[in-house]
Amino acid sequence: MKPQSCVNINKEWDIVGARQVGRDMAKKLGFGTVDQARIATAISELARNIYLYADSGQICFEVIENMQQQGICMTAIDTGPGIEDISQVMQDGYTTSGGLGAGLPGVKRLMDEFDLKSEEGKGTKIKAVKWLR
Amino acid sequence: MRIPILKLHHYLLISIQTEMDDNTAIQFQEDLLDKIHKSGSTGVVIDLTSVDIIDSFIAKVLGDVVTMSDLMGAKVVLTGIQPAVAMTLIDLGIHMKNVPTALDLEQGLIKLHQELGV
Repeated sequence: MKPQSCVNINKEWDIVGARQVGRDMAKKLGFGTVDQARIATAISELARNIYLYADSGQICFEVIENMQQQGICMTAIDTGPGIEDISQVMQDGYTTSGGLGAGLPGVKRLMDEFDLKSEEGKGTKIKAVKWLR
Repeated sequence: MRIPILKLHHYLLISIQTEMDDNTAIQFQEDLLDKIHKSGSTGVVIDLTSVDIIDSFIAKVLGDVVTMSDLMGAKVVLTGIQPAVAMTLIDLGIHMKNVPTALDLEQGLIKLHQELGV
């Protein structure tokens, strides 16, 4: 496994920091501008969720590969309140923060793989992968 | 960090060239409404040529500022949205249907002229 880099999310500006790290990594891997924008946007949504709902957490980036291709895997982890009803947060337009409710369903569409695990009172872990085509 | 707002006759012109964080976006919203109020501008062009990411929060702020300005009596046109940004917004499920847009600053000003009938 290749080394991973992590960005702590504690303050609002860290959202920008995280997406810059992710975008740089995506660029180095050879992702095109559209996929770079998709990856950076997905990071922005995940980081904002951490900042809004869990106060602090971490996003880690990792280069992954299988037999055919390389990709970028990002994992967003927090120890916040967790998500009570996952099917609800995956619906377009559902929000508890006055936002557009586009975040998580949006990230799922922006990325190739998406996995959400959450335990009430313990925290949330979201893994999202984009493969290089 | 503040986004400069330029006045040109009865229009306001903004070119967003910084990586926007949430505070900058909110501050910009306030500054723009304030400037519309003080200058009595009837049209605004926000140029997004240099913006390479619009996430759901920035999209909401931009959509809101268009509606808010409209309430005050000023028309806003967003210009120069990059192809990658347009594709990403649709993936996010954000269609910005009520937001007037144009290809570039020049087209944006033409659109304002048409909408305002000046």
